[in-house]
Amino acid sequence: MDLLWSESDERFRAELRAWIAEALPKLPPEPKREDWAARRARDTAWQGMLHDAGYAGINWPAEYGGRGASLSEQLVFYEEITKAGAPNVGVSVNFVGMLHAGPTLIAEGNDEQRARHLPAILKGEEVWCQGFSEPAAGSDLASLRTRAVRDGDHYVVNGQKIWTSFAQVADYCELLVRTDPESKHKGITWLILPMDTPGVDVRPLKTVLGSSEFSELYLDDVRIPVANRVGDENDGWRVAMVTFSFERGTSLVPEMVEARHQLDELARLARTVQRGDGTAWDDTGVRREIGHAAAELDALWNLVKRTVSEAARTGVPGVGASVVKLYYSELIQRIGDLALRVLDRASLSIDDVYEGSGHVVEERLRTLALTIAAGTSQIQRNIIGERILGLPR
Amino acid sequence: MDFTLTSDQEALQDGVRKLCEGVFPMERVRALIDVGGVDRALWRELADAGVFSLRLSEDDGGAGLGMAEAAIVFEQLGRALVPGPLVWTHLAAGRVPGAAEGDRVVGGLQRRDEPFVVEHPDVIDVLLAVDDDGLWEVDRSRLSARAVDWPLDPLTPVHVAGGLLRGERRGVPGDAVRWRLEGTVLVGAYLVGMADVLTERSVDYAKSREQFDRPIGSFQAVKHMLADMLVRTEVARSAVYAAAVHLDEPALGPPERAVSGAKLLAGEAATSNAKTATQVHGGMGFTWEVDVHLYLKRAWVLDTAFGTGDDHADTVAGLLSV
Ligand SMILES: Cc1cc2nc3c(=O)[nH]c(=O)nc-3n(C[C@H](O)[C@H](O)[C@H](O)COP(=O)(O)OP(=O)(O)OC[C@H]3O[C@@H](n4cnc5c(N)ncnc54)[C@H](O)[C@@H]3O)c2cc1C
Repeated sequence: MDLLWSESDERFRAELRAWIAEALPKLPPEPKREDWAARRARDTAWQGMLHDAGYAGINWPAEYGGRGASLSEQLVFYEEITKAGAPNVGVSVNFVGMLHAGPTLIAEGNDEQRARHLPAILKGEEVWCQGFSEPAAGSDLASLRTRAVRDGDHYVVNGQKIWTSFAQVADYCELLVRTDPESKHKGITWLILPMDTPGVDVRPLKTVLGSSEFSELYLDDVRIPVANRVGDENDGWRVAMVTFSFERGTSLVPEMVEARHQLDELARLARTVQRGDGTAWDDTGVRREIGHAAAELDALWNLVKRTVSEAARTGVPGVGASVVKLYYSELIQRIGDLALRVLDRASLSIDDVYEGSGHVVEERLRTLALTIAAGTSQIQRNIIGERILGLPR
Repeated sequence: MDFTLTSDQEALQDGVRKLCEGVFPMERVRALIDVGGVDRALWRELADAGVFSLRLSEDDGGAGLGMAEAAIVFEQLGRALVPGPLVWTHLAAGRVPGAAEGDRVVGGLQRRDEPFVVEHPDVIDVLLAVDDDGLWEVDRSRLSARAVDWPLDPLTPVHVAGGLLRGERRGVPGDAVRWRLEGTVLVGAYLVGMADVLTERSVDYAKSREQFDRPIGSFQAVKHMLADMLVRTEVARSAVYAAAVHLDEPALGPPERAVSGAKLLAGEAATSNAKTATQVHGGMGFTWEVDVHLYLKRAWVLDTAFGTGDDHADTVAGLLSV
C-alpha cells in the first residue's frame, strides 16, 4: 500500500499547476446561469485550451487526442484543477461527453465512431447529452419505450425522453431506444443521435434551482443512420451498463475533490458567522460535525484511490462504483444540512450574506439531485445487496 | 501511488487469517471468558506468529515491518474477536521486557479523567499509563482498585481504580504521542475487522433464514441494511489503511488528521454494524448463544479506547485548513 505520488505524477502536477496559473486568467468570466450560449462557449473554450496544452482526456488513448496517461495522473489533474478554482468538468455542459459518452465510445464504439467523435469531444468542439430516462422509465430504465424501427440504413425513432441535462446546447445525444418490443433488456439499442436531426424537439424543464438545466426531448420520426449504432442491435443494455460504470464510478471524482474544499470553506464560514458572543465555530456540536464530515470525505477519497489502484492492477474496479456514489451523494447532503445550520437566517438568501454563503445555499439545492440522478440511493443499495453481497432478489 | 495490498501483504493477511481460524475459533474465544480473556499458551502462539514483535527490527527479533502490516494483522484479529490487551502488548514490545516474546502480558490505559477503568486486571503482568508527559509503568501495589463482577464485555474484565499514580517512567512525551497514534490505528484496524465479519455473518444469516416463504435477505428493508454495513466497512477500511500508511511514510505529512478520522469511522462502522447485525438476527440476535452481542460489546469497549469518536471529530475539526 503506497499513497505517495510517483515522481512522474509529481512532475505532472508541477507542470499542470504552472500551466493553470497562466491559462486561467485568459478564460472569460463565468456567465449568468441561464445564458446557455455563453456557458457552452466558456466550457468548450476551456476544454480547447486544455486540449492544446495536452491536458485533455488524461487517461484517454493518445490516438484520439488523449494523454494516454495513468488513472493516478487523472486524480492529480482533478486535484490541481480544483485547487486552482478552474472549471470543473463535473459541472461542465459537456460532462456527459467527457465523463461517460466518450469513455463508452472508447470501450464499445467502432473505429469510425471513435475517430469521428473522441477528438472532437476533447477539443471542445462537440457537446453531448444523455437520452436514457423516459417519463415512465426512470429507475426501471429497461422498460423504456422510445421506439426505433429499421427503414433501410436508418432507424426511425419516435418517443419521449426526459430530464435530459444540457440538451439545449448539445450536438449529440447518447440515446437508448427500443428495437424489440417483445423482450425487455434484450430489446434495447444504444444510438448516437445528432441533435440537429429533423424531428428532435427540446423543451426545457425548470429545476428546483429555477434553472432550465434539463429538458424534455420529443422525438418525432427522427431518422438516425444505422452506422450510428454502438454495439449490436438489441445489445444496448449491455452498452448502457458500460456507460453507467463510468457515470457512477469515475464521474463523481471531480465533485468529490471539490467537496473537500467546500468543507474547508464551511469551516471558514463558521468562524465568520456570529453566534452569541462568539461565532458558530465556538459551538462544539457544529464543530464536531464538521470534523466528522471531513473525516468521511478523507476516507471516501482514500476509497477512490483504492478503487482506482485496483482497477489499474486488475482491470476491474474494486468494491464498486455504487459504494462511492451512494456514500458521497448522501454525505454531501448532510454537509449541506450542516451548512444551512451554520448560516442560520443567512441561509434565506442565495445571494451572498457573508462572502461565499450564497454558494453554500445553492449547493444544498443542487446536491438534492445527487441521490436521484444516475441511479437513486435505493437502486444503489439494491445493486450492492444483490451484485456485491449476492442477496436474493 | 498504488493503494492496494502488495503480494507480501496479501500473504501476511492470509497467514494471520488462517492462524486465527486455527487457534481462535469462536468456541475457544468463548471459553476464554472463564480465564479473564487470556490463556498464556494461546498468547504465546500469537507472540510466536509475530503479532507483538512484527515491527521490531530483525536484530531485535522482529520482522522489521511497518504500521501498514500491523494494521493488516490487527484487522484479522478483530475478525476473530481475539481477546486480551493485544494493542498494548504490541506497543510495549521492545520496551517492556518479555512483551514481544509473549512472556509478559502488558495492559494499559490513558491517564485522563477518573474513574480509571483497568482492563484485564487479573491477567496482565504490567500496567502502563500514557499521559501528555510520557509513558509510565504503574505501581499496582499502590493502586486502590475495585473488582467489577459484571463487566459490559464478558471478554474484557475490568477493575475500577482510583488515584492512579505514575510509577516508573517508560517513555518520554514524544513516545506518548507516537503510542497514541499507533494505538489509535491498531484499535481502528481491529474494529474494521469486526465490522467486516459482522457484515459477512449477517449476509449469511439473511440468505438462509426464511420468513413469508422467502429468505429475509430478499426483503429490501433487510437488504438495504446489509448494503449499508458493507459501505461503512469499506469506507472505514480505506481510512484505516491510509492512516497506517501515513504513520509509515512521513513524506505524506502530519498523520494526525488521517489517524483520528480512521478511528472515528472504524468505531462507528463496528458499533453500527453490530447493532444492525443484532436486528438482522431477530430474536436470535438477543441470545447469548449467537456471537453478535460479543462483537457489539467489544465494539463499545474499543470505541472508548485511544479516544472516543467525539474526541477524534474534535481533532479533525481543529486540523481543517481555513
Ligand atoms: C438533475 C438531474 C439530471 C438528470 N439528467 C439526466 C440525463 O441527462 N439523462 C437521463 O437520461 N436522465 C437524467 N436524469 C434522470 C434520472 O436518471 C432519473 O431521475 C432517475 O433514474 C430516477 O428515475 P425517476 O425519476 O423516474 O424516479 P423513480 O424511478 O420513479 O423513483 C421514485 C422513487 O422510488 C424509488 N424506487 C424506484 N424503484 C425502486 C426499487 N426497485 N426499489 C426501491 N426503491 C425504488 C426511487 O429510489 C425513488 O425514491 C436526471 C435526473 C436529475 C435529478
